[in-house]
Amino acid sequence: MTVSERFDGFLDRNAGRLFILPAVLLILAFSLFPLIISAWLAVSRFKIGRDGFTLTYIGELNFKKLFTGSQQFHFLGTFSSITLTGWLILLVTALLIGAGIRQWLRSGRLTVLGGIGRLIAFGTLAALAWVFASTLQDGRLGSLSTTLFYVVVGVSLQFVIGTGLAFLCAQDIRGRSFFRLVFFIPLMVTPVGIAYTFRMLADMSLGPFSPLWKAAGFGDFSWAADPWTARLVIVVGDSWQWIPFIFIIMLAAFESQPRDEIEAAELDGAGPWRVFRDITWPSVAPVAATVVLIRVIEAFKIVDLPNVLTNGGPGIATESLTLHAFIEWRALNLGGSAAVAYTLLFVSTVVCVAFFQLVVRPMRQARGQA
Amino acid sequence: MRLNGRTTLSALMAATLGLGTAAQAQDKPHDGVTVNVMTFTGPQIAEPLQRRGKEFSEDTGATINVITVPFSDLYQKVLTDWLTGTDSLDAAVFAPQWSVDYVVPGLLEDLSERVAADEALQADDIAEFFREFSQKVDGSTYMITVDGDFHMVYYRTDIAEELGLEGPKTWDDYLAFAQAANGMDLNGDGEADYGSCIAKKRNAQSYWMITSIASAWLQSQGTSQGAFFDTSDMAPLYDNPGMAAALEVYKKTGDYAPSDEINLDVGDTRNLFQQGRCALTLDWGDIGTLAIDPENSKVIDKVGAVVLPGSSEVLDRQTGELVACDDTTCPHHVDGINHAPFAAFGGWSGGINAAADEAVKDAAYAFFSYVSQPEQSNADVTVGATGFNPYRTSQFESIDNWTAAGMSEQAANDYLGAIQSSLNSPNMVLDLRIPQNQRYQQIVLDTAIARYLAGELSTEETMAAITEGWQEITEELGAEEQLEAYKSTIGAN
Repeated sequence: MTVSERFDGFLDRNAGRLFILPAVLLILAFSLFPLIISAWLAVSRFKIGRDGFTLTYIGELNFKKLFTGSQQFHFLGTFSSITLTGWLILLVTALLIGAGIRQWLRSGRLTVLGGIGRLIAFGTLAALAWVFASTLQDGRLGSLSTTLFYVVVGVSLQFVIGTGLAFLCAQDIRGRSFFRLVFFIPLMVTPVGIAYTFRMLADMSLGPFSPLWKAAGFGDFSWAADPWTARLVIVVGDSWQWIPFIFIIMLAAFESQPRDEIEAAELDGAGPWRVFRDITWPSVAPVAATVVLIRVIEAFKIVDLPNVLTNGGPGIATESLTLHAFIEWRALNLGGSAAVAYTLLFVSTVVCVAFFQLVVRPMRQARGQA
Repeated sequence: MRLNGRTTLSALMAATLGLGTAAQAQDKPHDGVTVNVMTFTGPQIAEPLQRRGKEFSEDTGATINVITVPFSDLYQKVLTDWLTGTDSLDAAVFAPQWSVDYVVPGLLEDLSERVAADEALQADDIAEFFREFSQKVDGSTYMITVDGDFHMVYYRTDIAEELGLEGPKTWDDYLAFAQAANGMDLNGDGEADYGSCIAKKRNAQSYWMITSIASAWLQSQGTSQGAFFDTSDMAPLYDNPGMAAALEVYKKTGDYAPSDEINLDVGDTRNLFQQGRCALTLDWGDIGTLAIDPENSKVIDKVGAVVLPGSSEVLDRQTGELVACDDTTCPHHVDGINHAPFAAFGGWSGGINAAADEAVKDAAYAFFSYVSQPEQSNADVTVGATGFNPYRTSQFESIDNWTAAGMSEQAANDYLGAIQSSLNSPNMVLDLRIPQNQRYQQIVLDTAIARYLAGELSTEETMAAITEGWQEITEELGAEEQLEAYKSTIGAN
């Protein structure tokens, strides 16, 4: 076989890989390069000097500040005794972890890699729950727990409302095209625009609803001055923006399910709840899990709303991890900012991979088997 | 050589064109030059720059692009643009206290020679504090002042009269006034209004406020004593009974304020004061001119201004205790009260990117000089919307400009008198001007104060958080270098 023939053979065998190579290289260049640079920043100190600036290697110091040093209050929160709510959160977490371990043991696919993955996932989940529960008293959460609050409460709220609206609009009701359009509008507005709109709407003394607030006796109440109401307002604003996303995907899922299964069940005398529970939900569950995963990834990066609505306040009560990193970066503490960003990357990756492995994949497999 | 008619005509045309171009070049010395100037999202400061930019363009041919960013982003946007060599910005109007971070790596153009040769600027007319402190780093001029800044307290004269009170002389007076006025209908709209409105928003322009209060306790021996660090060892001065007293006053003002005061920036509190909803406020010079705005103000001729209130006790740095104010403990006292007027911010000033083209630097300098020249400045400082406050000696000497702008003689004398008292005070507190001062104040101080106001930290925890945060930065940057820089900026060497 000549060299030319061998080369042709190589090209034939690897045509797919070679075609995709430029795209892969581009993606690697634009995603790996910043990752490497920010990794270097995370273990360095940036300093302005006579020669411009210098980056000095300082090891794990930036991370140490976040976890045990002067920035612990900012990142993890202020630790205190665990409240009743905190114990409930820990209990729910323990039950979830227990269920996960039980499911794994019963799956019959006990591999070393699977074990390590679950150890990391469950360990991280337990640590996050412990940090959240231990800093809950007086609302002195750090940016990590505040972000978790946005992710868990925000995405849950958005999923329930978005899915509910989608289910209603999938029914044969009058004006459903109009509702679809209306529900979809917030998604098309830029996040900063939404934040400013929401800031105006939520202004209790000058906003359009101020007469209502005053009539209800809340004229002198400021949601922005209380940590929990401020966080809730941000969750509401975030939900207003993202419910349409869940709505539109879930609507497509509801509308694409086969009608024959539902009709057959109805002919057999199944009521609406039974049809939903046994036919509709299993059919859309893989899509639901995927849409939640996408939202979770996105929710970890929340920055616009807390930045515009509250500037991270009162105090640092509404500061998300991304806003925390941004504020550090704005002060040219590039190392501290990169350390926050890297921790966010780790937490969001572990949570999302675990969610995919433990929720999305089993649902897809179950649907495939069905 | 014989010239035919066509050649002669062409030559004449070329000569005419050439002469025309030369004349144009003389008329429009910066024709074709574009200067990108960054400042903060106004409308204050940005508005006069844009308006004067158009006039300057018509006169000189230069194009002035004013680019704005939120205040909290300004320091970093300009610094990273110049430090990384992006150089998309040719000049910036920002806090002169930040200039040290720009001068050390050689990012700011030294304007000393230009200023010396610029008669139209009338540099000698710029008050000494701004000319010698705000504009200079290590004896060289890097900034051109376009605004004068001092914190003062403003009060409603009509309400004071009604309550039988005077402008507050101490912070206790301030609280008493605020308490008495709180809940009164101050603007006749039938609704209860507020005793005090102070901008306390985080990540905004609020972090100077606490220093304006604390200085009364912390600095008593004159400007060179400093109010931020001990000049012997660079130990922060923000953890002692004086600071505790200031923090308590600051929090107490919130009892007589709008419920969302911790979310109000200076623009919000100015608007509230202008609408007659507040009896007292702590602010820069802007209130004085905003109060006479005929279109928006409901408090025309109802506003008095006083130098920052003081304290009858001051911190004894040897013992760490508060002691009564007397000729020894506070030699600059007035009737037993120690006033320490705070030159917060130092006045918006223009600086030029050292890496810009020479033609651009010339145009940028000419623009800043134009804005600062008395002809423009004397008009701009009397208009509240500009955000420019007086900084030239001539602006204090005559009240004609102020009365012409709509201020009563009494109000003008009050207003200018309060600024002059601050400017001339031997116990004036100079703003922090050491490397990375933005990090000390806009990050550590701002965050700790915001947490304190939100109830996350106690008084003691707040002082400890500031002290720990400041010490950490000092250690990181080098305590000796920072101490030297601090002593040099307050004249303690």
